[in-house]
Amino acid sequence: MPSHDGLLFTGADWNFDKLQRTHDAIARIAHDELGLDTYPNQIEVITAEQMLDAYSSIGMPLMYKHWSFGKHFAADESLYRKGMRGLAYEIVINSSPCISYVMEENSMAMQTLVVAHAAFGHNHFFKNNALFRQWTDAKGILDYLEFAKGYIQHAEERHGQRAVERVLDAAHALMSHGVHKYPRKRPFDLAEDKRREKERQDWFQQNYNDLWRTLPKGGATPPVDEDLAERKRALGLPEENILYFLEKSAPLLAPWQREILRIVRNIAQYFYPQKQTKVMNEGCATMVHYTIANRLHEQGRIDDGTLMEILHSHTNVVFQPGFDDPRYAGLNPYALGFAMMQDIVRICTQPTAEDRAWFPDFAGNNDSWATLRHAWADYRDESFILQFLSPQVMRKLRLFHLHDKAEDDDMVVKAIHDERGYRQVRQTLARSYDIGALEADIQVADVDLSGDRRLIVHHRVANGILLDPAQAGHTLRHLANLWGYKVQLVEVDENGAPLHICEDMEPV
Amino acid sequence: MNIIDRRLNPKGKSLANRQRFLRRAREQIRKAVREASSGRSITDIDGGEGISIPMDDLREPGFRRAAEGGIRDYVVPGNKEFIAGDTIAKPPKQAGGAGGAEGSPDGGGEDAFHFVLSRDEFLDLFLEDLELPDMDKKNLQKSEQMAFSRAGLSVTGSPSNLNLVRTMRNSLSRRIALKRPKPAEMAELQAAIAELEENGDNPELLSELRLELEAQLTKSRRVPYIDPVDVRYNRFQATPKPISQAVMFCLMDVSGSMTEHMKDLAKRFYMLLYLFLNRRYAHVDIVFIRHTHEAKEVDEQTFFYSTETGGTVVSTALVEMARIVKARYSPHDWNIYAAQASDGDNTNSDNGTTIGLLTSAILPLCQYFAYIEVGAEYKDWLGRETDLWRTYKSVAAPNMAMRKVRNRAQIFPVFRELFSREKSHAQP
Repeated sequence: MPSHDGLLFTGADWNFDKLQRTHDAIARIAHDELGLDTYPNQIEVITAEQMLDAYSSIGMPLMYKHWSFGKHFAADESLYRKGMRGLAYEIVINSSPCISYVMEENSMAMQTLVVAHAAFGHNHFFKNNALFRQWTDAKGILDYLEFAKGYIQHAEERHGQRAVERVLDAAHALMSHGVHKYPRKRPFDLAEDKRREKERQDWFQQNYNDLWRTLPKGGATPPVDEDLAERKRALGLPEENILYFLEKSAPLLAPWQREILRIVRNIAQYFYPQKQTKVMNEGCATMVHYTIANRLHEQGRIDDGTLMEILHSHTNVVFQPGFDDPRYAGLNPYALGFAMMQDIVRICTQPTAEDRAWFPDFAGNNDSWATLRHAWADYRDESFILQFLSPQVMRKLRLFHLHDKAEDDDMVVKAIHDERGYRQVRQTLARSYDIGALEADIQVADVDLSGDRRLIVHHRVANGILLDPAQAGHTLRHLANLWGYKVQLVEVDENGAPLHICEDMEPV
Repeated sequence: MNIIDRRLNPKGKSLANRQRFLRRAREQIRKAVREASSGRSITDIDGGEGISIPMDDLREPGFRRAAEGGIRDYVVPGNKEFIAGDTIAKPPKQAGGAGGAEGSPDGGGEDAFHFVLSRDEFLDLFLEDLELPDMDKKNLQKSEQMAFSRAGLSVTGSPSNLNLVRTMRNSLSRRIALKRPKPAEMAELQAAIAELEENGDNPELLSELRLELEAQLTKSRRVPYIDPVDVRYNRFQATPKPISQAVMFCLMDVSGSMTEHMKDLAKRFYMLLYLFLNRRYAHVDIVFIRHTHEAKEVDEQTFFYSTETGGTVVSTALVEMARIVKARYSPHDWNIYAAQASDGDNTNSDNGTTIGLLTSAILPLCQYFAYIEVGAEYKDWLGRETDLWRTYKSVAAPNMAMRKVRNRAQIFPVFRELFSREKSHAQP
């Protein structure tokens, strides 16, 4: 095609014309060759200070006002001014149109990288990944934030900054426990209710033991149990979405306070998929920018210098230091995601016998981008790693599994990147990306409605790891403030037996 | 695709968040600021300040798992020598062990929060609750300075003050009221005429239309697009403005009895006063007058650092100050502040002259006169207070204050005492 001729730009400086041309050239490759499906793009050029602004309000273009954003800004700014931290080259927002912020300091090569990475890589992922499709509403988010901002501003005018701040502080503390983790609750229906009632009866009959009938009646224990079941049914307990529970059931909250809880909850829900798809999201974007930069170079649209500059940044981004390196800070999601996706391409096009044995579904299918698009659409980090992490990548990253038991003096290497260890390493790695492993399992278990209305919250302890006591104390205080009465936290083991009961927390 | 240039958008989008943050941490920040000010050297009080405050109210807690205890499984990259079954000694107890993925990113474990206050924020907190003493209001009335403020519209004025919106609105309503033909209508008419002229089959209509066009043209000439009656100008009114300049006289005894320590205390006091005045007035001049048995106006460097020998005659400094005021700082145009620092020595015979000068010449000129006695508690062999202290004590003027300062830590409290809001309001 004639429009494919010639360099898109020369020199390091960017301007709007070059940006537009480059975007169009990238769009052609992304849509026609890679088959990406994206929201319309909106690229916004901002300054470093505006980037800091965006950082502090969790990357969103508009946000309600809260002191914690000011705190983050102050912290980021002081690190940035001292030169201890660089700024991201871009921020991208899961909205339609998909907004990408690019910094004015970037060179044109960097802008090319950023447009390919954010405006096509992330954009495609946002639009196609099942989690994002299920949990986020890209078209509605900006309007919703506008509403949220206005609502909270209005509430501040009516009820005072302090009163609003009190609710927001508490809601923020419970934010990560303000999401529905499973597909939305179905509307309450009678048939379902009947079935549940019958189930309860059945359970009672199955567990009926005549022996109990002969016991002397002591106290009022059985009625309490019935009460409990009834209460739990009425309040929908146990409930792991604490903010939802408080919004619906906290006795003392005013309607505006409930609405604020709802706002925080909706925002938490909007970010919920991002937590679970870090590796995939970044891997996808990195894979896309890498492929596109190379294609542009092959087509003669960018010169060698530009490609080198892009690759230089790319290499920095996907750098993975070993565990014994002072720079090591955990597995780099860019590195892991990119390595896995590159390996998928290799398996599709040049499979070895090992690949055919491990990935019979797609080894050698010669349609690597369709395979990638399928993976991006239907998986999250945990399942993606469980399905697609190949022995080759484990060998390349030299992954091994460490087992650390608090009582023991030593850690044990349980498995390494060898024939016997592949599956275990892969499983353990996948599990570490499971949301259940990332966040404590906290549930509202019971409310003492007949007594002092105490709220009882359970932490289901996994692997014997308790909550951080200081943090839990502060968070409980917030929870008590919202609930309005005492709150008790019980840490229970897998069978529901209490391990540790925290002191009751009174509201202040 | 859209490319939007946001660089020109207003900055400081998170200003409101910052203000909320500062308000929340106000107590801690205020404490940190006060502490910082007693430690740092005077010259950089006037800059921004990096401060550390305790996390107390700034925690963002959450139900997070403890960093220790239990069973943990990590997958780690970079294996060089391990095989399954190997054991590795645990790193000594500190953050950042193998697979240290559990670190709390939001400072859950941190005790202090470090950030930078801007110069204005720093000074706001530093000088919070301080107020200038009630001023002699007649000074303001005599003020010659005028400020212009908007005061409605007028039908006359200079072209630069033309109010375009009002003018065009008047013009539009007049054109509608007088039925001025619209250009579009006339163009339509002309087109119709041109068409009729071309095919020429309806001469009657043609002449009718021509007449109509003629009438419209006449009318549009008669009713102008903009008429002088439409024109409006923004009107500005001059109002007398309070004097927004001040001069600060620093008077100091530099005779041999004044030690470096005493001078440092005095300097700190002057510095605070300067910062404070600078916040309140658009323009502040400083005049340094030092004296032994004679007084001289000097620059800052000489004032604080060069030594001089001689006796102590305080009145000479007051004479010099009166002279300078007369020569350069008319009390009508300037708010005059004076701060005198001394160890309290004075030649006995001069006390009478000093007090005479102070009450008759200096105090009437000044908005405020502060006397700071620096150094160790000094009493003469009779156990009396210093000459100057006793002398000044007999003066009872509302715009005069005197305090003793023994060490650095007292400077700020004394300063606050002199200018605290309650006090200035309590005064008549």
